[in-house]
Amino acid sequence: MMGLLDQLPVMPVLLPSLTAIVLLLIGDHGGGEHNLRKLVLSSHISIVSALIGLVIAIQLMVQASDGDLMVYRMGEWPAPFGIVLVVDRLSAMMLVLTSLVALPVLLYASGGWSGHGRYFHALFQFQLMGLNGAFVTGDLFNLFVFFEVLLIASYVLMMHGLGRERLRVGVHYVVLNLSASALFLIGVALLYALTGTLNMADLALRVPLVTGPDAVVLQVAALLLLVVFGFKAALAPLSVWLPATYAASSAPVAALFAIMTKVGVYAIWRVHGVIFGSSAGASAYLVEPLLLPLAVATAAIGVMGVLAAQTLPRLVAWLTVASVGTILMAVGLFGEAAWSAALYYMAHSTLTVAGLFLLVELVAAQRGEVGGRIESAAAVAQPTMLGLMLLLAAASSVGLPPLPGFIGKLMLLQASIGHGHATLVWSVVLLAGFATLLGLARAGSALFWHVRTDLPSGASGASAPLIAATSMLLAASVAMSVFAAPLQRYTQAAALQLADRKAYADAVLGEQGGADARTTRPYTGDGGAKR
Amino acid sequence: MMPSMEFLVATGIGWIAACGIWLMLRGRTFPVVLGLTVLGYAVNVFIFAMGRLWSNAPPIVGSGQPIADPLPQALVLTAIVIGFATTGFVIELALRSRYESDTDHVDGKPEDQPGPTT
Repeated sequence: MMGLLDQLPVMPVLLPSLTAIVLLLIGDHGGGEHNLRKLVLSSHISIVSALIGLVIAIQLMVQASDGDLMVYRMGEWPAPFGIVLVVDRLSAMMLVLTSLVALPVLLYASGGWSGHGRYFHALFQFQLMGLNGAFVTGDLFNLFVFFEVLLIASYVLMMHGLGRERLRVGVHYVVLNLSASALFLIGVALLYALTGTLNMADLALRVPLVTGPDAVVLQVAALLLLVVFGFKAALAPLSVWLPATYAASSAPVAALFAIMTKVGVYAIWRVHGVIFGSSAGASAYLVEPLLLPLAVATAAIGVMGVLAAQTLPRLVAWLTVASVGTILMAVGLFGEAAWSAALYYMAHSTLTVAGLFLLVELVAAQRGEVGGRIESAAAVAQPTMLGLMLLLAAASSVGLPPLPGFIGKLMLLQASIGHGHATLVWSVVLLAGFATLLGLARAGSALFWHVRTDLPSGASGASAPLIAATSMLLAASVAMSVFAAPLQRYTQAAALQLADRKAYADAVLGEQGGADARTTRPYTGDGGAKR
Repeated sequence: MMPSMEFLVATGIGWIAACGIWLMLRGRTFPVVLGLTVLGYAVNVFIFAMGRLWSNAPPIVGSGQPIADPLPQALVLTAIVIGFATTGFVIELALRSRYESDTDHVDGKPEDQPGPTT
């Protein structure tokens, strides 16, 4: 008999999916205002579920911090034949991050947005299920399935509230993602054809064994997957879809999507950083010549977008692109120190960007007709509080000490010393920080200083729950500075653990003899006699 | 000389994929949806073929005779189900977009404005 604690790795997937089913059964308020009781009940259930999810994620992170790999075999099938869920330090941290974003966003959405369309909370939980599943799965095809779960939920969430602009951008978003899914399937099928496995631990052992002409096809498959994950992560030149999509989405949805791009980053990390990493034989460091230049381009394009943005949501969306560029730069440096920096910076930028998406909507709502456009308008009703919150988030995005953005960038710069492209990384990170400062200072001065007194300022202040939800995200980001030392120790350990492929294989394929396991693949059709 | 089975399947998949991509590059939502569906078919056959082409080989272990790889068959089943669901969604989305913007152009352009023709 397995104890309840052994079932913990599957909980981040089960809990949101069960919650979503309950929410579907409850039904929704029918799009109007006539059945608010169901809406209130739904949001309560949703928030409580997210809270339990956060507790589970933290418990998993505490367990993972001991260095144990938690392996959950679905239906007790031995890996690599069955599907495994693996929670290591990286996965556990991503789970906590997802919950930390989800909870404030849910509180914010319950303050109004969730009533602007149908089944918001059920879809939100399905999205959480997909996100959590993608972070815990140890199987590439299962990763595809969870990608689809989170994408299908995101298609509907993106269009939450409807309207012409959302539908127009939504069609693009859905069609582009479906094409990317087709590429994902081609890449996964090719990987299977050449290695005979889709289990990540098994793949890491098998990829080095593929040599000669087969290795070229295998590398094509891996690069196809880079296109797919790069598309999700908004890696240049596949980042053009992101600003339009995120800017058109409602604020809480855009804030939740801040974690969605990180799924792409996470997948690049697992597949191209680890499986096609240092010990991949003929395919070792496959994406190294590509990832760093593309990440640099992403950061550059992102800050140019920040400088050129005409509306606040677009500015934050471009900021997301720039932060993804910085994270992938660190991933592309291929080293434990750099990966540690990437992990720290990823956590910080996700929280900050999510907070900013909520904050700019609060600001825009108090500016009357002008709304989110970056031009002078009537004064906002709560200039001091909103101004200080924006200043805090902006300073952290730019990377001013002592905020976590500064620590993350410092870790990245330190890690790049000695690397061949250190000059490039230093100049881009520092220039991008400066350009972000300019862009955000321009927006901030237009919002709070260039106030037109001829316009009536009839706007009322934002309600307390909305302010509280936004502050929670920003506070979580600032807390990363307060707890920088333990977090840094954790991210360093996580980076070390990622690089240790033997321990991963031993834990996942333990029943097959660990790292020495050799299964009967690639498949020859001889009934499994050949071993 | 008879072309081999592998050659026929490979060209078939290539041709379907090319048709799908061509349709996806059209300007109206209906051809785009068709293109996505056709591309999905090509991908599904591709996954199936990645278990290699076996004839007269059941995917049953222990029968003593050559057996087909069962895993791509399981994978393709999942891919078909997901593809079916997303196609249903994208059709509904295209209809809704047509209703909201009074045009079936993917960029939602009004009919009287110059835009890419189908």
